[in-house]
Amino acid sequence: MAKLEVNIGALKLKNPVMTASGTFGYGLEFQDLVPLEEIGGIIVKGTTLKPREGNDYPRMAETAMGMLNCVGLQNKGVDYFCEHIYPQIKDIDTNMIVNVSGSSPDDYAECAARVDALDGIPAIELNISCPNVKDGGMAFGVTCAGAESVVKAVRERYHKTLIVKLSPNVTNIAEIARAVEAAGADSVSLINTLMGMAIDIEKRRKKLSIGTGGLSGPCVKPVAVRMVYQVAKAVKIPVVGLGGIMTAEDAIEFMMAGATAIEIGTANFIDPTVTIKVRDGINEWLDRHGCQSVKDIIGVIE
Amino acid sequence: MKKYVLDLTVRSVERLHERYVLIRLTHREPLPAMLPGQFVEVRVDGSPSTFLRRPISINFVDKEQNELWLLVATVGDGTRWMASLKAGDTLNCMLPLGNGWTLSRPMEGSSTPLPHREGQGESLLIGGGVGVAPLLYLGKQLKESGAEPTFLLGARTKNDLLMLGEFEKYGRVFVTTEDGSEGERGFVTNHSVLQQERFGLIQCCGPTPMMKAVARYAREKGICCEVSLENLMACGLGACLCCVEKVKGLPLTPSKERGDLDVSLESNELVNVCVCKEGPVFNVNRLLW
Repeated sequence: MAKLEVNIGALKLKNPVMTASGTFGYGLEFQDLVPLEEIGGIIVKGTTLKPREGNDYPRMAETAMGMLNCVGLQNKGVDYFCEHIYPQIKDIDTNMIVNVSGSSPDDYAECAARVDALDGIPAIELNISCPNVKDGGMAFGVTCAGAESVVKAVRERYHKTLIVKLSPNVTNIAEIARAVEAAGADSVSLINTLMGMAIDIEKRRKKLSIGTGGLSGPCVKPVAVRMVYQVAKAVKIPVVGLGGIMTAEDAIEFMMAGATAIEIGTANFIDPTVTIKVRDGINEWLDRHGCQSVKDIIGVIE
Repeated sequence: MKKYVLDLTVRSVERLHERYVLIRLTHREPLPAMLPGQFVEVRVDGSPSTFLRRPISINFVDKEQNELWLLVATVGDGTRWMASLKAGDTLNCMLPLGNGWTLSRPMEGSSTPLPHREGQGESLLIGGGVGVAPLLYLGKQLKESGAEPTFLLGARTKNDLLMLGEFEKYGRVFVTTEDGSEGERGFVTNHSVLQQERFGLIQCCGPTPMMKAVARYAREKGICCEVSLENLMACGLGACLCCVEKVKGLPLTPSKERGDLDVSLESNELVNVCVCKEGPVFNVNRLLW
């Protein structure tokens, strides 16, 4: 049995497998099906300062080996989270991480500060890469200056582990990662979804209510692996890799490319127990290859 | 209700008509408790064009035979793959999902039932096309609880009328077809039984235009009406927030949710709720129809 523990800054994970924001609710939705405490970390649904109703239906279109979504950060706001959801999840024996989004640096910082006050939340993931909202989200994640402004504002008010989730919808993701690192992030996670579109040719209509959406699932994996590789070479802080991971082999590919930990997103919809299978599969792979620790494979690709 | 992911075994796949199959599934252990109106998310294996699970409503649960029935219209690659299954094959199902129809008397696992609506008339179960599927198990449950459900089933032609013999076991069955090839010609809302009798509750599943017409009829007559929605869905667990329907009123607390029919709307605020979790069954008073 190889050692599976990894660290993301001060955050200790019992294994490198986390769930991606927006794909696992608050964990509670899956508790009948998955032993939540066996997951390395659960990154809950994107949370904003004020409640958001999200975009109109239809919000989802299935694609070859993937799906598009334009949910648009539907959530009841950080105060509702603190009051009603936090009490239900704070005692789950894993890292409960809140994904924070906003429409201005002050918004992000205020939301992060309220989560900072919660003892049971050891980290946040800052979403500067949501492709589905007009005001903010990806607008901050596609320029170095925008990314830096949000991360600096949050860093001043947030004192625990700060992971920043990067957008793949940029020309040079390594540049953005470096700007985020310089602004004080403890880690970067990538990739958020790729902007896409689908058309119903019979109805001659866009399939999604706002026209475009974020593409996820195995179809994006090679893009994600490439970006994780580039970012891991460009920064010193730990990288969290995600994008289309369905199996332990996929997870190992991301780790070899430079990811210290990984997130599983869309795969939860097909197999709600996939996180546990990936963890077990990583362990078996390490044993089979005589590795003592999962750290032996992180970033081994030159 | 506790949810499960199970590898069920196909006992038979019966082709009812060109476009419809009835899949009977079983399990080595007793199947979990399921409520009429709940659904199953079926994993589709080995199809390059489908990726997500397919939500399929629970057609029937035969406790004695330990069988779960799924009535499936073959409309795409996923459902065609399901139709190609053979006895002995495995079908991975996540179940039971969603809330289910309001029952006048509770079943194991269901929360607060409706108060029995004495003297207001029996239930009318209206189905259209493959939308008749979730009404069979509901009808059985109603009959077993002492009610006398009436079924009003509509279809394009007589070839699209499904499982009539099964429905007849649990109540009276009236039929409409658009071409008049069986029963009364026209739509379900034109059927003469609606003029002749007074019903206390309408529970309806079918194409959206049909459900909207039924909802309009029920509203005009002041009859409580529930419909089952089938918005495009990914997770089935209320996590991805893709299948939302904009509804009136604050999200109901779970205890009130089962008593949906008698809940006065607490607010006119519009909220997006997950059809997979707060539905698929909704009182039409909450919908913007």
